[in-house]
Amino acid sequence: MSRPKIARKSTFIDMTAMCDVAFLLLSFFMLATKFKPDEPVVVVTPSSISQVILPDADIMMITVDAKGRVFFSIDNKNIRKGLIEDMNQYKGLNLTDGEMNSFAIGGSIGTPFNQMKSYLGSDATARSAFDKTTAGIPTDTSVNNPDNELAMWIRSARNNNPKLRICIKADGEATYPSVQKIIATLAGWKIFKFNLITNLKAVPPGTFAAEPATTAKK
Amino acid sequence: MAELDTSSGGGHKKGGVKKAKKLSTRIDLTPMVDLGFLLITFFIFTTTMSKPKTMEINMPFKDPNQPIDNKSKVKESTALTILLSKDHRVYYYEGIGSDATNPPKVEVTNFKTPGIRQVIIDKKKKVDALVRSGALSPTDKTTVLIKPDVNSTYEDFVNIIDEMSINGIQVYAIVDISPVDKEFIALTEAANGGN
Repeated sequence: MSRPKIARKSTFIDMTAMCDVAFLLLSFFMLATKFKPDEPVVVVTPSSISQVILPDADIMMITVDAKGRVFFSIDNKNIRKGLIEDMNQYKGLNLTDGEMNSFAIGGSIGTPFNQMKSYLGSDATARSAFDKTTAGIPTDTSVNNPDNELAMWIRSARNNNPKLRICIKADGEATYPSVQKIIATLAGWKIFKFNLITNLKAVPPGTFAAEPATTAKK
Repeated sequence: MAELDTSSGGGHKKGGVKKAKKLSTRIDLTPMVDLGFLLITFFIFTTTMSKPKTMEINMPFKDPNQPIDNKSKVKESTALTILLSKDHRVYYYEGIGSDATNPPKVEVTNFKTPGIRQVIIDKKKKVDALVRSGALSPTDKTTVLIKPDVNSTYEDFVNIIDEMSINGIQVYAIVDISPVDKEFIALTEAANGGN
């Protein structure tokens, strides 16, 4: 047959450009992101139109999951160390240095004081199993109630770092009383200003909040 | 870019000294690209891109030792009371419901559009009209009292505070629910056919 021969082309593709792109993206993601903090529970926060960004440092995070269990954390490792040392002293927890260190490098804590020693002494798998079943930190509406362990945590944390900004990260399904206990505890320590962590949602058109944006465009 | 032209140019003629065989400097970059994308995937999955957004909230200052100041009392005509209840229902009435002999008309709505947003907008217009007509002083603002019931969820709570910022309500307070308000909810539910 007299079919014209098609010239064979090399199947070798130059990967250099692709390699460049891959590493460019890699360096972008390394620099622009930070690692997810490990959360003991999954929390789906409700949405709001607020655009205030949470600052990086000096955060006290009170997490409430859908069942109303309360978890507590602060961000700085050194302050966490100071906090657990104070707690050890006040509550007579008899923690060893190793157990206190494991608190300092850990994440959110949702353990009542009477189980603290066994919790901090156990390994990571046992801890995450415990976090799934724990009842969370006991809370109450009054700071004078000795069972209100969250009040103890908040006071000691603020003693260790007075600049702490208080954030409540609660699940939308959590009942209001479980959040109200926290708000009442904060009010007991004369804290009336705090932040609620929410997802961002769009401002509904035609409302008051949408108006300044539209007039600014004109 | 990363390759060098190793093909000898046309300048050389054959003969002369036998050259050592030139090895190609071309490197197969495919594994490197694979590695790059693998790391990208790893970083995408383990890191957070956006910082969490927060809403700031100021609770009313409450001190048991502080005497109740008459100045901080809310005027009936500027007030709108919102009660949050189960199944994301919102009950509301005008005023603060302090007059026991003349109970306010309690209505029920929800968070869907128009729902509670329309109620707030209407109330705001009404207060503005009263200010213009001189019945209220210009310093008076629409005041919303939010009273979440025990069976409301945190989502309702955030939604209603969000409605405040959406509708530009500057004065609002989160107040504990009173037994009277609970009765209002029960009565309204009974009037609407139960559950």
